[in-house]
Amino acid sequence: MGTVILLALTGLGLAALYFLVASGLSLVFGLADVLNFAHGLFLGVGAYGTWWAAGNLPGAGPDGFGFVLAVAFGVAAGTLVAILVELVLIRPLYSRTIEQVLVTVGLSLAGVALLQATWGADARTFPRPDWTRQVTGILGAQVPNGGLLLIVAAVLVLGAILAFLRWTRYGLVIRAGVENREMVTALGIDVRKAFTLVFAIGGAAAALAGALGGVYFGTVSPGQGGSLLIFAFIVVVIGGMGSVIGSAYAAVVVGLVQQFVNYYGTSGLGDICVVGLLAVVLLLRPQGIAGKVATA
Amino acid sequence: MTVIDAPPAQVPDELSPQRGRWHRVRPFLPLVALAVLAILPYSTMSLPGIFEGPVNSPGTLQLLAICLIFGGLAAGYDLLFGRTGMLSFGHALYFAAGVYGTDILVTRAGLPLWQAALLTITGGTILAALLGAVALRTVGIAFAMVTLAFAQVGAILVARDFGGLTGGEEGLPLDVSGLPAGLVGVTNTVNLYWLALAYLTLVVFVVHRVSGSPTGRVLAGLRDDERRIGVLGLDPYRYKLVAFTLAGGLASAGGVVYVLIVGGASPHITSSELTLSLLVMVVLGGPGTRWGPVLGGVLYMYLDHRLTAFGTSDAVDNLPAFLSHPLSQPLFVLGTVFILAVYFFPGGLTSLAPRLSHLTRSLRPPR
Repeated sequence: MGTVILLALTGLGLAALYFLVASGLSLVFGLADVLNFAHGLFLGVGAYGTWWAAGNLPGAGPDGFGFVLAVAFGVAAGTLVAILVELVLIRPLYSRTIEQVLVTVGLSLAGVALLQATWGADARTFPRPDWTRQVTGILGAQVPNGGLLLIVAAVLVLGAILAFLRWTRYGLVIRAGVENREMVTALGIDVRKAFTLVFAIGGAAAALAGALGGVYFGTVSPGQGGSLLIFAFIVVVIGGMGSVIGSAYAAVVVGLVQQFVNYYGTSGLGDICVVGLLAVVLLLRPQGIAGKVATA
Repeated sequence: MTVIDAPPAQVPDELSPQRGRWHRVRPFLPLVALAVLAILPYSTMSLPGIFEGPVNSPGTLQLLAICLIFGGLAAGYDLLFGRTGMLSFGHALYFAAGVYGTDILVTRAGLPLWQAALLTITGGTILAALLGAVALRTVGIAFAMVTLAFAQVGAILVARDFGGLTGGEEGLPLDVSGLPAGLVGVTNTVNLYWLALAYLTLVVFVVHRVSGSPTGRVLAGLRDDERRIGVLGLDPYRYKLVAFTLAGGLASAGGVVYVLIVGGASPHITSSELTLSLLVMVVLGGPGTRWGPVLGGVLYMYLDHRLTAFGTSDAVDNLPAFLSHPLSQPLFVLGTVFILAVYFFPGGLTSLAPRLSHLTRSLRPPR
């Protein structure tokens, strides 16, 4: 019983990480039709920003309030990069989808190389508060606190994004834009402002994933974003592009399947099961669990 | 359906009077280039700055052979991306199937090379047909993601080393004891070079023949307007599957030659980064053109190898740190060039020549 609960909670921790990356991807894709390969870069910037701030920023540190400040700095850095990418690189290519994808591909290659050039290819030890290294006993299972922190953060982010989408004017514009972008434009609303906003939200969530993922794994390396990104893509497709709730459900399913199969089957089998799940979902229900049809 | 910029229409010959003298020679230029490349290993010319040793040294020949292979791979990938308009992110899978298939059959099963190669290419083609049949149920971006996910399965299978076949993270060195003597050893690198040249020629020939055939016209139609092809009574799914299978088969053939040149398989060739670099090669060279992808592939691989040396050279080391560190990363330079290419010369390298001739013509004083 303890093992099952431990696997479920670590699976949910993984799911939380996927959700933080996938929610932004899903919104960006739903609204702007941009498949954002540079999303892993935002995650890397968040992780390295936090790591740098904990060592160098006055007031920030690996513990207590200093750590909160370090994470806040990392998230701010990720958000800033996301906004800059949207304004400088994506916006001039408005509605030319393939070129936008190509630019983000180039950006992901160049950005990761830049991180590698600045801080080296090797993994760095991530500064983390002492309590995240310990475990908490829940129903007989010893669960690492880093995973619990991820789950709490993901639930808060999910709540915040949903509240933002449901009860604010900009949220309304974004929801309407995902539904029918031409119509929103025809009503005289500048959808491109919403693009920037969505990139900022996605960048912030991904940077948070980078910072908390660093706490969870204990290290940070330039290529970390890329490997998470592929599973985040899978989560987005299964969940339905443009749907935050769908991404949340899909992230939970993917995280749990991966964790349980990897434990009870061979290691690596869980990852393959996830891809199998993707194939089944696409064949039976191409639009995903929720959301609009997943075509270009 | 996503709109993909078609390559600019060919200027009718009577409208470009400057080309008069070249016009007659042009059809033979590829043959001349092939002949030059074929006799290149006999030259002892040394090109300092471009290659480290003389042209016929084994190191240079191996680098050239790898460049030629990737030229061929890019040309094969262009059959999907540039000519049919399919954005596949999983092309590395079929290349890796060729590399690992040959390696495993030769090293682990002890088959002779020709049997291993034949089995691998057949297997790679069947794999492409099967996975393509599933993936092509989706279109556009969803197709890109499904192919990406399939390729990821390949990468996981290789990295986790199920059954101890692939050697996991360390890769699998090729067992050369059963290979033909002419393909083994440093002194025989020249034979591998010719093999790579033969592969490139084969791919260019196949892609050229296919795109000139009625099937090729349908593929170009699919790229420009898929719905219209459907209205004409042709089944888009079937044609796309043909292109996907053919490209997969060509890629696995490239893998067979590659494993001989490099002398083993390593897991990084299964990564999605390889597919992304194929995409970069095609876009840099010029999608949908005959020579663009080949040029892009050769140039990309050459730069990828040479920029590492350039990055550690004195000229770069003497620069301030904020410049020298990024410049020592080939991927940073290539990624940046790629982004600039998407913005400023969307047709790739092959579109530069007509653009420059337009520029010089408009700068020349009127007669």
